[in-house]
Amino acid sequence: MPLTTSKSLFYYLSVFIAGAIFAIGLQVAAMVDPNKVKGFLDVSGLWDPSLALVLFAALVVFSIGFKLLIQPRIAQDSTPLLSASFHLPTRKNIDKPLIIGAILFGAGWGISGLCPGPTLVNLVHFDAKLIVFFVMMLLGMQLAGLLKR
Amino acid sequence: MINYAQFTPVSALLGGALIGFACLLLLLVNGRIAGISGITAQILTKPNASNLWAWIFIVGLLAGSFIGLRTLKITAPNLDISWLSIIVAGLLVGIGSKMGSGCTSGHGICGIGRFSLRSIIATCTFLISGAISLYLTK
Repeated sequence: MPLTTSKSLFYYLSVFIAGAIFAIGLQVAAMVDPNKVKGFLDVSGLWDPSLALVLFAALVVFSIGFKLLIQPRIAQDSTPLLSASFHLPTRKNIDKPLIIGAILFGAGWGISGLCPGPTLVNLVHFDAKLIVFFVMMLLGMQLAGLLKR
Repeated sequence: MINYAQFTPVSALLGGALIGFACLLLLLVNGRIAGISGITAQILTKPNASNLWAWIFIVGLLAGSFIGLRTLKITAPNLDISWLSIIVAGLLVGIGSKMGSGCTSGHGICGIGRFSLRSIIATCTFLISGAISLYLTK
């Protein structure tokens, strides 16, 4: 949550901008095209390595920024620029839900070439199959959430 | 064999850098992880003070998408798989990302970028599983 109400406008503006850049990044990289993603996962046929470069570039930018800008703030018990605390995952153990979840997620990803980011970004096309995929994804999340309890 | 006709290294690197920058911005300014599956799961609950940011992030995603649509001339995706495949794959992506606590963005970028072993293992697992499922269904 934002620090104070006076800062909350900039807090939410920044969230909005991050979302917009994320979407444009997916479009520039052509990762919104499920067949491009499949071209990467299709290691038995003609292989398109593009997705590996997308991940590589994203990781270089994010991990260097994390090391230089975020880790020092966490180490000094400092806060994010416009928020009261960092919300980072704390779990470290490799458990069954992590592995089984990743296998199921990968299976759906391989069949369709779609994962949550590109699915949301592609909603603007109002494509019937894509909307059904999105609804099924939400339903799946709801089901898995109920099972967890 | 590499498909040189489809390989787009420059736009892949540029787009990837933008995605990494967006993830960094959200964490540095707002203290939040740009895991799209987790953010999407938030919209299953009504907007409130603690999840409003997730709603705004999605609004930003859609706004960015509209801008890109016009400037980059993005065409609608060609989902040439059956309706049954769409339903099954959608359910699998939803269940799997919730159960495994993340997807390509949360584990693949933000997780590995924080040097998390959980995310490295999850990413390797869904990459292998994705390649196998594509091989079996194509």
